[in-house]
Amino acid sequence: MQKGNIIKVLLFFAVAFNVLGVFASNPQQHHEEGHADQESLRVDTKKEVKEYINHHLQDSYDFTLYSDSKEGEHIGFPLPVILIDDGLKVFLSSKFHHGEEVAEVDGNYYKLYHGRIYKTNAAGDMTYDEEHHPTNEKPLDFSITKNVFTILLTSILLLLLFGGLARHYRDKHIPTGLGRVLEPLVIYVRDEIAIPNIGKAKYRKFMGFLLTVFFFVWILNLLGMTPLGVNVTGNIAITACLALFTYIVTQFSGTKDYWKHIFWMPGVPVIMKIILIPIELLGTLTKPFALMVRLFANITAGHVVIMSLIALIFVTDNIVLDGPISVLLTLFISVIELLVAFLQAYIFTMLSALFIGLAVEEHDHEHHAETNDIV
Amino acid sequence: MEKLVNDFAYGLFFWQALILIVLILLLRKYAWRPVLKSLDKREQGIKDALDSAEKARLEMKNLQANNEKMKKEAREERDELLKEARQIKEKMIADASGEAEEKANAMIVKAQESIRTEKQAALSEIKAQVASLSIEIAEKVVKKELDNKEDQMKLVDNMLDDVKLN
Repeated sequence: MQKGNIIKVLLFFAVAFNVLGVFASNPQQHHEEGHADQESLRVDTKKEVKEYINHHLQDSYDFTLYSDSKEGEHIGFPLPVILIDDGLKVFLSSKFHHGEEVAEVDGNYYKLYHGRIYKTNAAGDMTYDEEHHPTNEKPLDFSITKNVFTILLTSILLLLLFGGLARHYRDKHIPTGLGRVLEPLVIYVRDEIAIPNIGKAKYRKFMGFLLTVFFFVWILNLLGMTPLGVNVTGNIAITACLALFTYIVTQFSGTKDYWKHIFWMPGVPVIMKIILIPIELLGTLTKPFALMVRLFANITAGHVVIMSLIALIFVTDNIVLDGPISVLLTLFISVIELLVAFLQAYIFTMLSALFIGLAVEEHDHEHHAETNDIV
Repeated sequence: MEKLVNDFAYGLFFWQALILIVLILLLRKYAWRPVLKSLDKREQGIKDALDSAEKARLEMKNLQANNEKMKKEAREERDELLKEARQIKEKMIADASGEAEEKANAMIVKAQESIRTEKQAALSEIKAQVASLSIEIAEKVVKKELDNKEDQMKLVDNMLDDVKLN
């Protein structure tokens, strides 16, 4: 009973934060609401909302909590930009002044244009092709962006949480406080994800990867629902990296049987064996590809839907009629997204475990085939 | 799709890969391994405790069953003893009564035997007496026959009456 109450309270806070968060991350519109009389500044168009949402979905070079591009007001903090362009160039993103100015580093000029860094001349001139894509040179960019920063924070959080849990066991057998929440989750990953898919004999080796990925994805998914306005797991580079890890772990733990099934499928005619090689090889790639797209698409879709629902108010400009509808719909979708946040972490880990399980499985139907031949 | 490929943030990818590797290694060393080890230890402890409890329960059950068996055996033995005693008693009674009967029978047989011999003796005495009486009567009849025939008859009748009275 008490557990149920705790979950309810947590749910309430998560939803409340989320609703607040999306409002906060739409400060432009919010601000405009306060200046409804200034007709000349009215820019709450569908196009602008779309741009705003797109901007939110993208990574950025500074951690902005509140911004008002009309008045040039930004609240947040800059993050280091690291470029490799005739040597290492490191400077704070505040040098760009949110894209308004050209940053000069060691005689090179860089300009922020639509969330990307381009090399320009001192005046910041941009050249465009016929489709209005910039043709300026792009330096190699290894900046600590908002997403990298969030990943770092999450990593530290994970280390603190689970390092703490580990320390807990040194003194007592049963964890107290937060450990009571974390321990069942660890057991859940072990008993419901790792052991059923990989098998009791071999699961232990992969627990480090599976547990880390599960909590990493879950916490980042949840962070995406906070007022911080981060969108890490909705970034294709992140999900691609996670999927690549699954791919590497899977291939490196593959047994002889696994490779045999890819390159010389037993029990089928020789021609089929040859035809099956590229198909099986492609199959190993499509699995992590599906992982990558699934997580990316789910989280991105969730962010888009929630922000669009909030934006209803500003687009229709009728807070009395659309306000309650928008809030209720957002609340509804937020609860679903809260579930999705867990579900996607679960699915990613579960499928990773499944693929690893398939790779480490000891097949025995060849032996069946042999015995059949004898019979 | 083209946009996704073009916008692919290799920098972010690089950092993510680096951080994830470090994170997995660190968490494995400082979190997952000790946590999983403790969980295993605890689960093993619980399993052991349950096993030993089950063992104790079985032992208890065995003990109880043993006790019950012993009790039952003791009861059976007692019953057996009582039964035997009853049988002995009955046998003794039966034996005693048989002997008595036999004795009585023997006595009866003896009595009957003596009665028969007595009777035999009495009969032979009677026969002797009858014979002597007959001789006496014959004597007297012969003596009186010459005097009076009527007297003779009278005498015989008297004699016979005498005999009857005897």
